[in-house]
Amino acid sequence: MSDWIAIAKLEDIPRLGARKLQTETLEIALFRTGSDKVFAVRDRCPHRGGPLSQGIVHGASVSCPLHNWKIDLQSGQVLGPDSGCVNTYEIKVDEGVVYLSLASVESAA
Amino acid sequence: MSRQKLILVGNGMAGMRTIEELLKLEPEMYDITVFGAEPHPNYNRIMLSPVLAGEKTIDDIVLNSRDWYAENGIALHTGDPVVAIDRKARQVETASGQRLAYDRLLLATGSNPFIIPVPGHDLPGVIGFRDIRDVEIMLESARQYKKAVVIGGGLLGLEAANGLMKNGMDVTVVHLMDMLMERQLDKPAANLLQASLEESGLRFLMEAQTESILGSERVSGVRFKDGSEIAADLVVMAVGIRPNMTLAKQAGLHCERGVVVNDTMQSFDPRIYAVGECVQHRENCYGLVAPLFEQAKVCANHLAHLGFGRYEGSVTSTKLKVTGIDLFSAGEFNEGEGDETLVLQDPAQGVYKKLVIRDNRIKGAVMYGDTMDGTWYFQLLREGTDIASFRNTILFGQHDLGDAGHGDETRVVKLSDDAEICGCNGVCKGDIVKAISSKGLFTLDEVRAHTKASASCGSCTGLVESLLASTVGEGYAAAPSRKALCGCTEHSHDEVRQAICKEELKSMPAVFDLLNWKTPDGCASCRPALNYYLLAAWPGEYGDDAQSRFINERAHGNIQKDGTYSVVPRMFGGLCTANDLRAIADVADKYQVPEIKVTGGQRIDLFGVKKEQLPAVWKDLSSAGFVSGHAYGKALRTVKTCAGKNWCRFGTQDSTGLGVQLEELTWGSWMPHKFKLAVSGCPRNCAEATIKDFGVVCVDSGYELHIGGNGGIKVRVTDLLCKVETEAQVLEYCGAFIQLYREEGHYLERTAPWVERVSLGYVKQRVVDDEAGRQALFERFKQSQQFAQIDPWRERADGAEANEFTPLRIDRMRVAS
Repeated sequence: MSDWIAIAKLEDIPRLGARKLQTETLEIALFRTGSDKVFAVRDRCPHRGGPLSQGIVHGASVSCPLHNWKIDLQSGQVLGPDSGCVNTYEIKVDEGVVYLSLASVESAA
Repeated sequence: MSRQKLILVGNGMAGMRTIEELLKLEPEMYDITVFGAEPHPNYNRIMLSPVLAGEKTIDDIVLNSRDWYAENGIALHTGDPVVAIDRKARQVETASGQRLAYDRLLLATGSNPFIIPVPGHDLPGVIGFRDIRDVEIMLESARQYKKAVVIGGGLLGLEAANGLMKNGMDVTVVHLMDMLMERQLDKPAANLLQASLEESGLRFLMEAQTESILGSERVSGVRFKDGSEIAADLVVMAVGIRPNMTLAKQAGLHCERGVVVNDTMQSFDPRIYAVGECVQHRENCYGLVAPLFEQAKVCANHLAHLGFGRYEGSVTSTKLKVTGIDLFSAGEFNEGEGDETLVLQDPAQGVYKKLVIRDNRIKGAVMYGDTMDGTWYFQLLREGTDIASFRNTILFGQHDLGDAGHGDETRVVKLSDDAEICGCNGVCKGDIVKAISSKGLFTLDEVRAHTKASASCGSCTGLVESLLASTVGEGYAAAPSRKALCGCTEHSHDEVRQAICKEELKSMPAVFDLLNWKTPDGCASCRPALNYYLLAAWPGEYGDDAQSRFINERAHGNIQKDGTYSVVPRMFGGLCTANDLRAIADVADKYQVPEIKVTGGQRIDLFGVKKEQLPAVWKDLSSAGFVSGHAYGKALRTVKTCAGKNWCRFGTQDSTGLGVQLEELTWGSWMPHKFKLAVSGCPRNCAEATIKDFGVVCVDSGYELHIGGNGGIKVRVTDLLCKVETEAQVLEYCGAFIQLYREEGHYLERTAPWVERVSLGYVKQRVVDDEAGRQALFERFKQSQQFAQIDPWRERADGAEANEFTPLRIDRMRVAS
């Protein structure tokens, strides 16, 4: 079964930037790295709930705009010395189109 | 390609610090093997004194556990010292007969305590004070015996004596000189120290030269040159250390007093590096830990093939780790010819402070009884700060230290464990001390990372540094005077700015490339800084990088804790009309703004606006004639004014009118940090101009210009720059001052610390004395304003950056085939 849905064109997300994806139930932050990898994590910092989609992207991590916690986008783990983690969702990019795995959203919920 | 082999000889602090620094730079480059003579993993040698005194345990002072070595893939051989180096075959041989090849060899063999070769020096019960074994012998002796003699009244000797006394022994300290710690103290401080130690129970024999150690089976006493004798069950020799270079000498490496190295920590054999106490660098051998850490950093840089670190020697400072005694010394504390001294002496309180001054710069410091400001003086010393402007109060200390609610409670050592140090993050003294000890922290940045103390507003930085200094003693690695911009680079703010201008770097990748950035696209600290530096250096040429701006500047509003934004329209000089107020009220109604507040900067703040609403809100405000107030930016904020002579019966000039002109000149300009202006119409100063970055106080005969004030974290009253006669001059001086700050301030450095760093005299010279220079600065400012005074709100209301303000929606999703 195919649970991939197209959500955006790659160019809709700025390089080294982010877009917020609003679903009916939750907010997802989409990130595009300097090397055009795309990641999706829940748009909510495990610290004080800051919107991660508003942070600065560097390498494969983002710094939360509220208190500067650093989150690894691949694993969703907060980078030391702080600790915590945020849900991550599966993404694939095919011919310039970004797809999100619905199953990964549902299984994380 | 197979990894190169790196062997470290000496599992001590300097060597392991080098390995840690190397792992940070190039974790995969080497297969690393470590040989240590002692049976322990790497421990914090400078904390042996507290272990002896019973204040810490051995476990407390272990820096890298065996697990750590394993996790990092390092082969550790303890209790098996390297006994020979075969430089031709590039192999080492250990006591147990192992032979191992190396590509690079790092020598960190440390030093040995100097044992005076008098008769009897090899009797049981005669020891040095160097490692865990010595401490164990001392503790064992204290259980069995009563009388201890410590030979040597220096730092180490006194710490040993104190520890033995704490363990119940009668301790006599024997010293060759007529004063204690003559290498760190001057006579008055040494006298205070001796008196205080005598009071606590130590005895002293001064100017006593040891002739022999008495005893047959075991030590029984000490005899002196004058024929007198004292009984002793334990003798600790603490008269100094000697670099341990036996191995290096055997291998034919060039040694003098230590293993001779160059500024890259390389010995005369290019494959062999050396760090720590075994090293002689530019004629100096160091026995304190701070220089070793600097060496470690440089050495790691070269082992990692980066090749640009230079070790240029260290100025050291000393603290005595004897509980209840506060003592600090640094630099050239005995004045030479032509030096001046500042002295504060309060015998009743047991306080003594002396600063040695040359050309208005601190050359040395000795403090006893109150060492609170030691770290501050040391910083001034190392940075060569001109102290002219605060020389008359310098001995009273950095009195504004921790003013944010801490008041007089700045004597950190005396604070209880539950005293709150960091008011932003609610971190108490006990938490910080615990983190420092248990995690082996040495730097301010490490404490910030682990505890969050001093990581927000920074007002408690001085307190945290004091805690670090008092907890780890001399091991405290003060922030280096040449500070790297961030972890992505070794270069300082100034070096990066110079490179941008000189090498005509006009994009961020060009900076990363030329300056060998360690990360592919920087981090959340350096990107905003570089974006600003490029923008300031190349107005009109450099294209602003939105993704390198903090969210507030990207969204042109202040992000609030719930993710909404606040909107502050600009009101030039704080003036507004009934129509302006009506337009704001209409916006508030239309977009159901939850809260409206008058700000401290004389304008109106609309809170709780959703990001998606921002362009529409701006469109309405823009149509009513408003532009962005930049209340969210490292930029020109507001110009606060009082009523002025148009209304006020005391007013001497048109302060509101001048305020409007200043704001029209300066609005929209990006700065290293936020920048606030004010104009007061008379010396009553209702606009509070003397705590602003640039303040004008009108007087009957003209305008006083004040700079470098701050009403925030650390209240700082402005310095008077000069007095001018016309409004046109006010505008020119203001523009020139701003431009100088824009060109030379470090990113995130307010004018207050900037003026203190570069000195008021420098700013005066550039802005007041040098007329042509001032005019050129002003011209450059006006030039850059041509590109800065484009209202960002209007642009976005008209559709720019639309993606930033529009979320993607699930209802746009389509199932892929």
